[in-house]
Parts: sequence; structure tokens; C-alpha cells
Amino acid sequence: MSKKDTENLKDVVNQAIDSQQVVHVKLKDIGQKDIDIDKLTRPSKETHQEYWGRGLSYLAIGVIILLVGSIIGFVGIHGLATFFHDHVNLWQFLSSTDWDPTSGPNHVGALVMIVTSFLVTLLSALVATPFAVAVALFMTEYASKKAARFLQSIIELLVGIPSVVYGFLGLTLVVPVIRAIFGGTGFGILAGTLVLFVMVLPTITSLTVDALNAVPKHFRQASAALGATHWQTIARVVLKVATPRILTAVIFGMARAFGEALAVQMVIGNAVLMPYNLVTPSSTLTSQLTTQIGNTVMGTLANNALWSLALLLLVMSLFFNILVRMIGKKGAK
Amino acid sequence: MRKRLWLCICMLGLSLGLLSGCTGNNHRITVVGSTALQLLADQAGNNYRLANPGVSIVVQGGGSGTGLSQVQAGAVQIGTSDIFAENQAGINAKKLIDHQVAVVGIVPIVNKDAKVKNLSTRQLRAIFTGKLTNWKQVGGANEPITIVNRSKGSGTRATFEATILAGQASAKAQEQDSNGAVKKIVSSTPGTISYLSFPYASDPNIQKLAVDHVQPTDQNVSTNKWRLWSYEHMYTKGRSTKEVRAFIRYMLSAKVQKQLVPKLGYISVKTMQVVKDSQNRVQRIKVR
Repeated sequence: MSKKDTENLKDVVNQAIDSQQVVHVKLKDIGQKDIDIDKLTRPSKETHQEYWGRGLSYLAIGVIILLVGSIIGFVGIHGLATFFHDHVNLWQFLSSTDWDPTSGPNHVGALVMIVTSFLVTLLSALVATPFAVAVALFMTEYASKKAARFLQSIIELLVGIPSVVYGFLGLTLVVPVIRAIFGGTGFGILAGTLVLFVMVLPTITSLTVDALNAVPKHFRQASAALGATHWQTIARVVLKVATPRILTAVIFGMARAFGEALAVQMVIGNAVLMPYNLVTPSSTLTSQLTTQIGNTVMGTLANNALWSLALLLLVMSLFFNILVRMIGKKGAK
Repeated sequence: MRKRLWLCICMLGLSLGLLSGCTGNNHRITVVGSTALQLLADQAGNNYRLANPGVSIVVQGGGSGTGLSQVQAGAVQIGTSDIFAENQAGINAKKLIDHQVAVVGIVPIVNKDAKVKNLSTRQLRAIFTGKLTNWKQVGGANEPITIVNRSKGSGTRATFEATILAGQASAKAQEQDSNGAVKKIVSSTPGTISYLSFPYASDPNIQKLAVDHVQPTDQNVSTNKWRLWSYEHMYTKGRSTKEVRAFIRYMLSAKVQKQLVPKLGYISVKTMQVVKDSQNRVQRIKVR
């Protein structure tokens, strides 16, 4: 601050004291000498807080952007090296069922993993959705507040169970039952579907509960006023209005199922074989990744091919996100 | 407000400090790689740490490929592997120094329902290449054969296939990435066949197989009558530090080789009467 500015400020303060109208509270003792110009013009404590707060949040955002960027970049570089450095044909990668990357670039076909991943994802979402919607309806429409809260905490408990526990339960309970009923080894898409069903159920349920709670109360009241029964209201009004958000819930569940590695790997059988029924062992993108990555060396074709699978997973989760956005936009109209 | 802010910053700094590794005057040796050797390395590392308080030894799994690539990159001091570095794609074996610290035998196992106790090498090969599909073809029960493999690239599988398959391609089958998972599946699923390393195979619920009427014993491994075995390697890169050399000397000392190694089901390298090279060629050791 220049000297001239300081002088001006002093003048302003003096004027303000002089022009004070209410005489009896005039602060006679305050003169020019008492004015601490330095303190008045210095940034205050609150200003410092402002800087700090803003600085910290910008820093955190910066770190996260850097992190996400480097993850995508890293997966991208290694995943694309399969095609640019090792000259694997992209179409062959997507359409061939011959997966044996240690034997050379003509044996890099991921179709088995792609098909299996999609099958377990779709099937588990298909099985889980009716259950999830029914449970959510019970919680929002029928149950008392207390019962709903209790159910909510049970569902949150399900979310909190680590996936290795689900996998272990699948291995010791689901697989033997399937083996007893259908024969074979019991490993396969059916076992994977059943394990994933339990895992995505809480995700879909809690998001569906949110969707149903978001339906405005006056819709229900209007429906009741027209003489509709409770069930008619649910079926024709509540569910209809909530459909876009329920779909979003299902897609979030599918994204979780698609990316789940450990539990699926324990029950799917990990054979790179085209699944011609639901009880033969097969292999998903994630199960190949988890079982193989420790046995390959960075920079080799076998390793790059696994990174390509990871890239595919990344692209798919991006696709799920875009789908959620699109449905959200449509629902908002 | 200000206080809390500083607390946050301190915590951030502290966690960064922890992440970058605790530096101090105690020496840290990181051993990464083979899960088959992990059991032995863990125990030996613990004992060594108790005797030498200045050294801390961290043992991690991750797989043989991880071990070799990490030691090649210089990220860890010791990389462990079930297979020779020469046989792993992407590894320059000339830059690594091989220390063979133990031998581990591998045994074919079947579910008890198969009613088979012995197979010839030829029969094993036919089963694992998919040519034989029912146990009655080899004198067992009338039950389809289900193969359970270890993951491609696992050291156990590499050794098994090098010895049994004689260059033929294996049939596509289930793959499990650990000895434990294989054991669990074979013990509970009728008709399954797989293979395990000796330390994991002592389980009454599975049937160990003799091959060509040779029993899978440590004695037979040491003379190569039982041909399914491999070395457990500890690889170091270039000239390693005094502490790392001391630890590897400890691994090869009589204390570890005579007590810990047999106790955990491995076979001591000192008892071997043959040597095997990376091409799977076996030679008798001349009696000294």
C-alpha cells in the first residue's frame, strides 16, 4: 500500500469520526493516532482461512485428477501396447476364443471372458432386480418406520461383507449344491450368478428405496383420492414414476457385478472355455486378471494382454456410467 | 479451526511418511514372489529376525513372475520363484544370481471316488491332454475325468507339464490359482484330478497317486526316481548387500536345511543326489 493510499484512508476515517451525528456516543478519545492502519489493511484471520480452505480443496481435487488421469493413462498405455507394439489384431482380440497369450500374438482372443462377464452380470441383475424392487416396496410402502430402519441396517450389513466371504460361502455352499443337482463340478456361470445376486442385491435395493422415496407424496394422495387401492397406486403410479431411477439402480448393480473379481473367481472355475451351458466352468475378465497377473512379467505380451482386459473393464465401466447419465437425463424430462 | 487444519496437514504428512517407508538404521530385506516358497521364507525370516534384531525381513507372495520382475527392476532385494529365470518370458536371467534354497516335490492327486492309486506317465499325459476322459479307461470307477489345472505360468504347473506332457499341449480345463483351492476342489468333487506340491498334499481326504509305481517320497525325489520336483529359487540382482548375502547364507545353513525345510514339507538341497538345469536335464552329483 502506497503512502498516498494510507493518507487517504486516514482522511476517510477522520471524516467519518467528524461527521458522526449522534453526539452523545461520539468516541472523543479515538483520534488519528489510535488508528492502526496496518491492521486494517492487512488480510484478516478470516481471509487466511479462506485461502487455506480453498487451497486445500484445490489441492485435493488436483491430486485426485492426477490420480485418475495416471490410472487411465497407465492402463491405456499397457492395454494398447498389445495392439500397437505386439500387433495383435483388435478384431481377433474381440472375436477369437483362443486365449493363450504366452504362445504368441495369434493366441490373444478374449471372447470367452467377454461373453462370460456379460452373462454373469446380466443374469445376476435379472435375478436380483425383482427381489430388490419387492424389498424396496415393502420398506417404503408397507413396513413401519422402525421395521424399515431395521431392514435398512441389514442391507447395509450385506454391503459391508467383504467379497472374499461371499466367494468362500459360494465355494462351500453354492458349488456343492449345483454339483449335486446338475452334476459336473458345480463351477460355472450359475454359481457365479447366484453369488453375485447376493452381492448386488443390497446395491440395487438401497438405490431403489431412494427412488421410491423420491416419488412426491401428492402423487400417492391424488391416486388414493381417485379411488385407487394401495396396490393399484404402487403398480400404476409409484413404480411408473420411479422407473428411470430404478433402472439407474439396476445399472449400478450391474457395474458392481461386472467389476467383481474375487468372489466370482472362486466359483466360476477359471477355464477359458466358451460356456455352452450355465454349469460348465468358464472365466470372466476379472478372474483371468486376478489369477494370471502374478505370473507374468511387465512388458511381455502375456502381461500386455492382461492389461488389455483391464482396459476393456475400464471402458465398460465408463459405458455403464454414461448409460446411467443418459437414463437420468431422460427421467428428468 | 486452524488447529484442526494443522492436524489434517500433519496426518497427511505422517501418512506420506509411512508410505515412503520407514527409514532407520535397521536393514530391511524384502522377499517377494513364489507362494510355494512363501511358507518357508516366512518362517526362516522370522527366526532370522529374532536372532538378528538389526535386520527386518518382509516376505510377500505375488507369484513367481512378480518375484522375478520385481528383482529384475531392483524394487526388491530377493525375488523368489519356482521356475528358472531362464524360462520366464521378459526376464534377463544373466543379470540375476540364482540361489537354490530348497526342493519341492509335486504329486498328482485325485478324488477318492476315482478308485485309482497309480498311473503311468503315459496315462497321465493322455489324461491331461484330454485323450482319456473316463476313469474306467485307466482301471478306475466309471466316472468322467475332470481336470483341475493350476494357472498358466504357475511354477507347479510348469514343472508338471515339462515332466509329464513331453511338449504336448494341455487340454483346456479349470484353473485355480493356489494349492489350497486345488486341494479343496479335488477333495470335494468326484472325478477330479490335479497336482499339488508336497507341503500341501498331506491330507487324508485326497488320494495321492504313484507314478509308474514309484511312491512320492522325499527319498525318491532326492534320487530323481520321482521325477516331479523343482527347485525353489531365491534370485538376487548383481552384487547384493552384506545383509542380503548373510540371510541367504542363513537359508542354506544346516539349521534351516536340516530342521525347518523338512518340517514344512520341503526337501533340503543338501540331500539331493542329482541336479536339474533350466532345460530339465538331470545329472547325478558325483560322490565327493
